[in-house]
Amino acid sequence: MARFSFASLIRNAVSGNARWPAQWRQAAPKPEYDALIVGGGGHGLATAYYLAKEHGVRRVAVLEKGWLGGGNTGRNTTIIRSNYLWRESEGLYDHALKLWEGLAAELNYNVMFSPRGVMMLAHNHHDVMVTKRHVHANRLAGIDNEWLTPEQAKAFCPILNISRDIRYPILGAALQRRGGTARHDAVAWGYARAADALGVDIVENCEVTAIRRRPDGAVEGVETTRGAIRAPRIGVVAAGHTSVVMAMAGVRMPLESYPLQALVSEPVKPVMPCVVMSNTIHAYMSQSDKGELVIGAGTDAYNSYSQTGALHISSHTLDAICELFPNVRRLRMLRNWGGIVDVTPDRSPIVGLTPVPGLFVNCGWGTGGFKATPGSGHVFAHTIATGAPHPINAAFTLDRFRTGRLIDEAAAAAVAH
Amino acid sequence: MLLIHCPYCGMARPEIEFRHAGHAHIARPADPAAATDEEWAAYLYWRDNPKGLIAERWRHVHGCGRFFNAVRHTVTDKLLATYPAGAPRPEIDLP
Repeated sequence: MARFSFASLIRNAVSGNARWPAQWRQAAPKPEYDALIVGGGGHGLATAYYLAKEHGVRRVAVLEKGWLGGGNTGRNTTIIRSNYLWRESEGLYDHALKLWEGLAAELNYNVMFSPRGVMMLAHNHHDVMVTKRHVHANRLAGIDNEWLTPEQAKAFCPILNISRDIRYPILGAALQRRGGTARHDAVAWGYARAADALGVDIVENCEVTAIRRRPDGAVEGVETTRGAIRAPRIGVVAAGHTSVVMAMAGVRMPLESYPLQALVSEPVKPVMPCVVMSNTIHAYMSQSDKGELVIGAGTDAYNSYSQTGALHISSHTLDAICELFPNVRRLRMLRNWGGIVDVTPDRSPIVGLTPVPGLFVNCGWGTGGFKATPGSGHVFAHTIATGAPHPINAAFTLDRFRTGRLIDEAAAAAVAH
Repeated sequence: MLLIHCPYCGMARPEIEFRHAGHAHIARPADPAAATDEEWAAYLYWRDNPKGLIAERWRHVHGCGRFFNAVRHTVTDKLLATYPAGAPRPEIDLP
C-alpha cells in the first residue's frame, strides 16, 4: 500500500498526478475463505479491516452486490454523535466516536472527520424535559453533552431563528461538541484500502443468492452471481436488505425496511458551522465542505425497497428547514434521494449471533448507522473472530426481542418513523 | 405519493388521507396467558419484510375512518389490490 504523506503529495503533484496507484485490488472471489462479509458498505468493510488487523483473520472476502459504499454509506447525511440515552447505547456509540477521533491517522486516509458540534433542538416543554434527561444521562456516563439557552444556541449557530413567534419556537438545545461529520465515501474507501493491504479480498458486483448449510445446520458457504464460495463463518451486514439475505438461511428478523430521504442544496459560501437537528418538527441540516446544505428528511410510512421516497415527506422537512433557517429559503435543492434502512422495534441495532451456527448479523442501524461505522465494525469483528460478543455489543442481541430486554432509543434515533 | 383505493369509499384518494398500520393478517395470540415468549415475539416483532408482495393494513383516517388491507409490491410501491378487513388475502400472480 502506497502511504499518503506530504512527500508523496509533492511527488505526485510534480508528475501530474498520473502515477497514483489503485488503492485496492479488483479481487476475484476464491473458492474458500475463513470468513465472508456480506455487504461492502462502511460497516462491512470496517468489520473486515478489524478482523484482519486485530484478530489475524486475513483470509476474508467482502462480497458487495453493487459497488463499494454505494448503498447507505453513500446516501446518508454523515452525522456523528454519541448522545444516546441508555448505558448500552452510550457504550456502543461512544466507542465508535472515540475510534472516529483517531481514524484518519489509523487508516492513513483522510476521512475528514470534523467534530464541529451537533445541536439538538427542543421546541416544547416535553422536548425540554426529554432533552435535559439525555444531557444528564450522558454526563453521568462521561459523555459530553450540555444544555444551551436559545440565545446560546444562536451564538453557536448564527443562522438559527430563535424568534418566539414561530410555530415551533426554540426553547433550548442540547449540544455535543465532540459530534460532527465525516466524509462518507472516504470512510468506505479508507477501510477498503487498509483491509486490502492486510490481504482482504474486496469483491464487487458479487451478489449473494443463497446461503448453504451443512446437515448439522451450520453454515457452509454462499452461492453468488460469481460462483460458490465456502466459509465456516459468515457475517451479514446488508442494512436494508438484511431480511432478504437472512431469509436465505431461514432466519426471520424483527426488521422492517423503509426508504429514508436526504437532500442537498446548491452550494453556497460557509453559513453553517455545526450540525442542527430537530426531532419534533423533523429536520436536520449541516453544510458540506463543498458548500451544499445537507438536509435529512424522514422515512416513508410503509415498508419499501424503492430507494426513493414520497415527495410530501421531503417537502414537510423543507417547511421545517425554512422556519428554522429563514435565510436559506431561496436556495434551490439540487438532488434528493432515498436509501433503504432496516428499522428494529426498539430503534437499536442487532450485532451478534443468530440461531444458525457460524452465521452472524450486524443490522438494524435504522436511520442512523453511519455514526457507528468504526465501532460497529470493531465489535462485530470481535464477535465473528471469537464466536462471542464483545462486552460493548453484548446487549444488542437478536434474542432481546424474545426476552424483552429492549434498548429503547426512539427519542435518540431522531428520525420520525 | 400513492393513490390508494379505499374499498369502503369506493374511490382512489391521495396517500395523505390514510395512515399505514403495519402488516396485515397477524393474529394476536388467542389465549395471551398461555402464549410462550416465542409466540409473543413472533406476534410483536418477527416480520417477513418481503422484497416483493406485502399485505398491509391502512386506515382511511381522513375519510371513512375504517381499516382495510392492501397488497402492494415493495419495490415498485404499486398497489395491486385493496380489500376490506376480515377478507382473505387475494391471490395475485406476478408477471
